[in-house]
Amino acid sequence: MSNKLNHSMSLASPDAFHISTKQKFALGIGLVGLLILALALFNVNLPNTALFLTLALGLITVGVIIYSREAYLTKLEGIKNDGVWYKSISSRGFWGWALGIILTSFYIVLYFFPEYLGLSKNGDPNTGLIGLFDPLSNLLSGRNASQWFVYGTLYTIAILAFGYKYILKYRHNRYQQIRTVSVMFFQLGFAFLIPEFMYVMNNDLPYYDLKSVWPLNYYIFDEWSVKGFLSNGNLGLALIIFGIASTFIITPILTYKYGKRWYCSWVCGCGGLAETAGDSFRHLSSKKLSAWKLERWLIHTVLVFSVVMTTAMVYSYLGKDSNNFWLTRDVFIISVIAFLTIIFAGVMYFRGKELGKDAKAGAIGYAAVITLLLIMHFTSTTDHLFFVKGSALRSTYGIYIGSIFSGVIGTGFYPILGSRSWCRFGCPMAAILGFQQRLFSKFRITTNGGQCISCGNCSNSCEMGIDVRAYAQKGENIVRSSCVGCGVCSAVCPRGVLKLENDTMDGRINPTEVLLGNDVDLMDFVNKK
Amino acid sequence: MEHIVIIGNGISGVTLARHVRKLSDKKITIVSAETDYFFSRTALMYVYMGHMKFEHTQPYENWFWEKNRIDLKKGYVNTIDTDNKTLHFAEGNTMTYDKLVIATGSKPNKFGWPGQDLKGVQGLYSKQDLDNMQQTAPDNKTCKHAVIVGGGLIGIEMAEMLNSRDIPVTFLVRETSFWNGVLPEGESQMINRHIKNHHIDLRLNTNLKEIKSDENGNVKSIIIEETGEEITCNLVGLTAGVSPNISFLKDSKIETKRGVLVNRYLETNIKDVYAIGDCAEQHEAIGNRRPIEAVWYTGRMMGETLAQTICGNKLQYKPGHWFNSAKFLDIEYQTYGWVFSEHGRPEHEKHFHWKHEDDTKCITVAYNKDTKTFLGINTFGIRMRHETFDTWLTEQRDVDYVINNLKEANFDPEFYKHFEQDILKAYNKQLQTV
Repeated sequence: MSNKLNHSMSLASPDAFHISTKQKFALGIGLVGLLILALALFNVNLPNTALFLTLALGLITVGVIIYSREAYLTKLEGIKNDGVWYKSISSRGFWGWALGIILTSFYIVLYFFPEYLGLSKNGDPNTGLIGLFDPLSNLLSGRNASQWFVYGTLYTIAILAFGYKYILKYRHNRYQQIRTVSVMFFQLGFAFLIPEFMYVMNNDLPYYDLKSVWPLNYYIFDEWSVKGFLSNGNLGLALIIFGIASTFIITPILTYKYGKRWYCSWVCGCGGLAETAGDSFRHLSSKKLSAWKLERWLIHTVLVFSVVMTTAMVYSYLGKDSNNFWLTRDVFIISVIAFLTIIFAGVMYFRGKELGKDAKAGAIGYAAVITLLLIMHFTSTTDHLFFVKGSALRSTYGIYIGSIFSGVIGTGFYPILGSRSWCRFGCPMAAILGFQQRLFSKFRITTNGGQCISCGNCSNSCEMGIDVRAYAQKGENIVRSSCVGCGVCSAVCPRGVLKLENDTMDGRINPTEVLLGNDVDLMDFVNKK
Repeated sequence: MEHIVIIGNGISGVTLARHVRKLSDKKITIVSAETDYFFSRTALMYVYMGHMKFEHTQPYENWFWEKNRIDLKKGYVNTIDTDNKTLHFAEGNTMTYDKLVIATGSKPNKFGWPGQDLKGVQGLYSKQDLDNMQQTAPDNKTCKHAVIVGGGLIGIEMAEMLNSRDIPVTFLVRETSFWNGVLPEGESQMINRHIKNHHIDLRLNTNLKEIKSDENGNVKSIIIEETGEEITCNLVGLTAGVSPNISFLKDSKIETKRGVLVNRYLETNIKDVYAIGDCAEQHEAIGNRRPIEAVWYTGRMMGETLAQTICGNKLQYKPGHWFNSAKFLDIEYQTYGWVFSEHGRPEHEKHFHWKHEDDTKCITVAYNKDTKTFLGINTFGIRMRHETFDTWLTEQRDVDYVINNLKEANFDPEFYKHFEQDILKAYNKQLQTV
């Protein structure tokens, strides 16, 4: 059954939103590019892989470029959302589901069956799709491609090509343009090129995307990773120190000043893909209150899981004797307990009043469970923290959160759940940043007095499923953990009501009953009560 | 328990209901014949354009009403018997009330044009209008051409809607320039050019003579008064303003003129009957405001105010400084305070006008030429901060202060180009030449 929206009773086609001949041509070019990849995937022996790879990636990119120019440069500057809820691909119609299934299948094969993509074992030459990417990988780092290199390349192409499209779509909006250039830069440089060059410089270094911060980068404190860094002299040491500083120093400072957007919609690769290739699906996120409730439990549970997993992991490879290395298991566990206690007590004391009932219950519940487990650890004889092998926790996390949640569901379900379901429901990094953004940051989306007309464009286009209108129509600023500061709500507002700002913490959260523009005495009377 | 019945589930009635619920435990019923749930009328255009689905225009989820014990009754009120405090529905049933609030909004004006009731002729106000438009003009094969009559805010919205589906539009405007009864000349003409840049066939100084029918009672064409030209079309949008939707009151004892007459407490002549929003008409206009204010914001403010009165804190409707906003295709418009067009501008009001060379941004600042007091601003393509202007108006700042501190009021997104320096330069230059 088609899920396509069709309000029209007319027998004539309701598909008023056609694409032009030139756009069909562009789609054709892009599809030929994809076809080459598909041929490689199905092990057709392409003679000159370098040529065909260039052709495939080139055609896809050129296709997107021509399509976008035709879509946006033929019209005046402005909001370009005509027909998004009518087009099959962006309204959970046939093509939306088809794309969702293809993407999801791709992720399952990528994560769990890379041999089907042509990954060789025991150093044999790659075949199939991965083989097609060997020339590029050899060019960059002198080694054959892996499934991750293929994925990384396609990911980067997607962000660059659709980033270009996005820049044209918002060519009247400099915030959107600069932000998009930023995610394109960080993807191309930090996620794609620099790690390859780092490998060329020193091939013992573990892969490290410098902008990927723990806990999003959940493998950085794995034993192989830490050993890899530590066995590589000062550079390795500097990198691991940078990794720790990213989480505990750089992130809190930037989030205090600019909100979590500095990361989520300006730097992060997951965010980068969502904002560019995922832009056509941003409106599909659920705005229901029930979805928000689910989000709060789910994302914080993942965060707790990632903290527990990382603690157990690190614990498992630390020694007991302080003569060998100062950081022993006991020192480590005590520091973790001290750190978590300070955060917990500090938030409850300074911001306790701002927390919802469920937030408090969740925080106290999780704190109690972790404390209990840790106390039991000190009184028991088992060698495993939390009574489970650290490595088992780690591999569970890797499969269910790292692969299935962030990849298969997070990206594969773009055309069904919207572009940011991972960022919204799962990303532990987003949970930490959001926690700080809500409680301790200068960032907010300011609502412009009484100008809101409740039209709902803002809520509709919020990829994080925030019901922006619920705040705007009350004249209240939007201060929400999940807001990634993409700025699209502000862009699409037809009445100039929303502005992303960094200002003082005072009066940042300003619930009102009667809005600006009415009787000043009434406003005083009601709003002071 | 006192029963408050509100006829109309638009912004006025719903705001009232929400506030009454916050302040009291009274029984609340909202009656509507239009839709089951409150939706934002201003967003109907985005449904047709495919930016949103109709459900997205509903600001509250469906469970909200039951949770807040606001009963929703779908039905059309035929008559009101104020002696027995009883509503009679078209469906035959009745409902009694203790306090009644009429918040029935507006309906599109029709000025007796021949053919104005044909199939394919419509305004754009209600959910039904949207449904009709989806049916008459689903695409440019079914609707090969459309004509819009009336150069106001709804007319230009309708033109934008049809444009989104590549349906050619002829836009008949009676005035010499678009909306120049409200906008000063420079702004109005900038919008004329913007409309034409969107390939909309804008016809100024042009009136509708009649609408012609085909053999099935559908619109076939329209005739222009001035030239006698016939334009073939499948849809005619009548957007020559709105008037209060109160015909169902004509046999009641409630006093009406164009709208339901109310005093400053929003009370009608009948005890326990009130009127708010588009359908209410003040006995005497408040300040520069019109006696009937058919604006989203004023509807909401009346709802906020009347809730206090109904819940025992009797309050006059005493709106603050005037503000409004709209969007003309790609150009956003905001206004704070009063800026009059050439029509009806008081003698003491003088304007400073600045326009950007790209022809999509301009501002007009109105001030008193004798005292230099700032009176108001119209801004196009530059967002301004409501709070800042509200404060400046209260403080009665002079025009120099406003122009010199414009940056403080800027509300454009970060990294946007600022024009305060250009504006200041233009302002100083103008002072020298005067």
